[in-house]
Amino acid sequence: MYSRAYKTIVSVPPILWVGIFLLLPYTLMFAHSFWAVRNGMIMHEWNLKNYAALLQNRVYVEVLFRTMRIAAGVTLLSLLLGYPLAYYMSLHAGVRKDLLYQLVIIPLWVSYLVRGYAWKTILGSEGVLNGFLQYLHLTREPVSFFLYSPFAVILMLTHIYTPFVFLPVYASLEHIPRNLVEASQDLGAGSRTTFLKVILPLSLPGLLAGATFAFVLTLGDFLAPLLVGGPSSIMIANIVQSLFGTAFDWPLGAAISVCILLLTISLLFLTERLEKRWAFR
Amino acid sequence: MTSASTNPESGNAAVEAADPLLEVRSVAKCFGAREVLKQISLKIASGEILTLLGESGSGKTTLLRLIAGFEQPSNGEIWMSGERLDNLPPYKRRVNTVFQNYALFPHLTVQENVSYGLQVSGTAKAEIPCRVADALRMVKMEEYAAARTTKLSGGQQQRVALARALVNRPKLLLLDEPLSALDANLRRQMQSELKSLQRELGITFLFVTHDQEEAMAVSDRIALLRGGALEQVASPRDIYARPATSYAAQFIGQTNLLRAEARGGVARFANLQWNTGQPSGAVVFSLRPEAIHLSSGSPAAPDAVRFRAVVKRRIFSGFSEQLEFELAGEPMRARVPAQEALAEEPEFWFVPQDAVAVRD
Amino acid sequence: MSGSTQSGRRAPLLGAYASLVFEFLYLPIAVLVVYSFNRDGVGGFPPKHWTLAWYRMLWGDGAIWDAVMNSLVVAAAAVALSLVLGLLAALALDRATFPGKAVFRRLVLLPLILPGIITGLSLLMFAVFAGLQLSLWTVFLGHGTALISVATTELFAGLQKMERVQEEASLDLGATPWQTFWRVTLPQLRLSMIAAGLLIFTLSMDEIAVTFFLIGRDTTLPLEIWARLRRGITPEINAISTLIFGVSMILILIWYQIRTRTTGREAQELLERP
Repeated sequence: MYSRAYKTIVSVPPILWVGIFLLLPYTLMFAHSFWAVRNGMIMHEWNLKNYAALLQNRVYVEVLFRTMRIAAGVTLLSLLLGYPLAYYMSLHAGVRKDLLYQLVIIPLWVSYLVRGYAWKTILGSEGVLNGFLQYLHLTREPVSFFLYSPFAVILMLTHIYTPFVFLPVYASLEHIPRNLVEASQDLGAGSRTTFLKVILPLSLPGLLAGATFAFVLTLGDFLAPLLVGGPSSIMIANIVQSLFGTAFDWPLGAAISVCILLLTISLLFLTERLEKRWAFR
Repeated sequence: MTSASTNPESGNAAVEAADPLLEVRSVAKCFGAREVLKQISLKIASGEILTLLGESGSGKTTLLRLIAGFEQPSNGEIWMSGERLDNLPPYKRRVNTVFQNYALFPHLTVQENVSYGLQVSGTAKAEIPCRVADALRMVKMEEYAAARTTKLSGGQQQRVALARALVNRPKLLLLDEPLSALDANLRRQMQSELKSLQRELGITFLFVTHDQEEAMAVSDRIALLRGGALEQVASPRDIYARPATSYAAQFIGQTNLLRAEARGGVARFANLQWNTGQPSGAVVFSLRPEAIHLSSGSPAAPDAVRFRAVVKRRIFSGFSEQLEFELAGEPMRARVPAQEALAEEPEFWFVPQDAVAVRD
Repeated sequence: MSGSTQSGRRAPLLGAYASLVFEFLYLPIAVLVVYSFNRDGVGGFPPKHWTLAWYRMLWGDGAIWDAVMNSLVVAAAAVALSLVLGLLAALALDRATFPGKAVFRRLVLLPLILPGIITGLSLLMFAVFAGLQLSLWTVFLGHGTALISVATTELFAGLQKMERVQEEASLDLGATPWQTFWRVTLPQLRLSMIAAGLLIFTLSMDEIAVTFFLIGRDTTLPLEIWARLRRGITPEINAISTLIFGVSMILILIWYQIRTRTTGREAQELLERP
């Protein structure tokens, strides 16, 4: 029904734009990772030295693992908070479902900075939390590890990513036909069994999607450590950031970025495969 | 005695003599490897209602879409009024469509919907309101001119869709199962309204439906499609009384198929025989249930074929009833006036002329 | 659950847990808002003296409002760019087949799924490669490109909801494809476009990660706040944050209302999946 001219006119501009301003930049990143820097200049000599340096540098590897631990922690906590919330809203909230849903998406889309800053003001030595604890005479002195620690980073990022996890979980829970739950109960399964045997498996795709999203985004986060993290909570993206800043080694930074990129893409690919296998629709 | 015709367009000499409005010439359509239409040739006369009748998958909707312009033929050509049609885009054809689910524009009012075709073709602004009002009056929807189409009932939407198409004065109006979404009573009412509308306007209608009763009620001619090919093209009465094939006989109305053997001018089936003009060999006869009579109800005609059979079931339907019995092991049906009392093994009869020879 | 008119079964423990989660989500923001009215600074407890001084200070703070202006301009431009390209991309995905279509679809989604630093750095390298000066223009480029997929997703859903047969009817009635696009397709996409625009606007106003690497001399609101955070925190930042929260909340709620009206809730939730 659509003429070739029509199809060409609608396809070409976005393809061109995306090709030039997305594909090309990502490719440049990739290319840079194979180059080197000398005397403050980037030399286009193709080599694998950056990747070698990465793997051999103990600090970098340690930071990478720390980042992954933090990401795992954030993902786990977000799941522990987001899944039950989604479950409650989908299965027990009744008519208030819609209102509650709106209450969840607000913190989802409202500024990352605002939320991160809020934690900064709460967790500091002179912050609200310490003030509150001292007011209640629960502590006599400010607790310092609240802020500028991995604890703070995990807390802040959990706060950020719980709604991210909530969404796909909620979507897949909503998609479970209600009569499956009724059938399960009709056949004699109690709430717990029904959950384990029916609801959880069917909500797995959404759970997986949410978890992946939280993990991947936390992995590449550089703002949280700068806001609420300390020297002991530097994450891999901060290293990249400094390599592109004061430490001026773009190729090395690009190499690390490519690693993050590959990790991300393979995780996404993996979960997509798993989702397809586990999607019972 | 009738002969099974090999030409699908039997009995249409009068219609074909006049210059046809639309000519489908050996049109075939493939979707990938699937052959949906196989070499269809058809002529539609100006001012007639022709119905494309068939099951889903028979190709009737595809043929309609080819004429409307939403698909291109893989082979063959379509001509209208002496000019090539299939190489024109849909918006350049003097053909308009009433779509199956009406396809009214939800963001426009009834008035705006109906005037759409006039606006885009650059009709003089002054002329439009008057033509729209006329069209709405024709379908009895003039009161709803300002209404939003989403608020109308199915029947009302259908009328608006009709007005929207007709206001452009097309040479040919295509109707794609326009009544299938309506309930039975409304459908019957719309059938007769459509027919009288067409008579009044004189526009050629090409109707698509899978409902054979609807086809018979509405059409001047029926084109029966099966598996992408034309099975038979004839007027409703002709196609009913003289079906060309066993499929046509069974699709339109009900029938009994007698697989007989002809030899030397005599057809034999079970232990019955009658004279026939069919050449020797296997012959299939179509015998409609209402053509089988009870001797107790009406005396047998002189040349009637008579037989007795045990009635296995009686299905009552008001003024008539259907008697199910077996002849030579084949299940058969007769439709007779409702009987007070009935023998277990009554005598039936039919006249040979009512046994129509059909291709299998 | 689909197909249900549920009257929520009671589950008190779960309900309590759910409200705890909500509190976790909102408490920090509530604290932020409350302390924007606190005379004595950002921390400590409890806040004793109420004042609007910080808001007054904010009102007179020229640098902030310059940044706001810059952000607005960039956001508006990003909306325009994303909507146009997103509309074309949605049409292309809906109607055209071309080699690499699946790759294209994934590529467009990447900026939303990848950590912002990667997209930001990639665009930085591109800017250097193309000899572009870092400025609001590069920021605009980054936002517009990264947010195309937001528009594409919304408009694609809108197209799917629209019946194809509408366009056939329009052609049948004599309208050319161009007329059909303007008279039938676009009007029915209007709500989708507004929804997409709102979301893109909000995301652009709040964007930090990508902007961080593409900013030149002029600054945007989030980055201005970020810079101030380095110098020391005052309740003035609470004040501007409160305002940002308030405005974003309103925009998000409007967006949600529009969204549920265009695509229906179920379809919308499906779209939320990354």
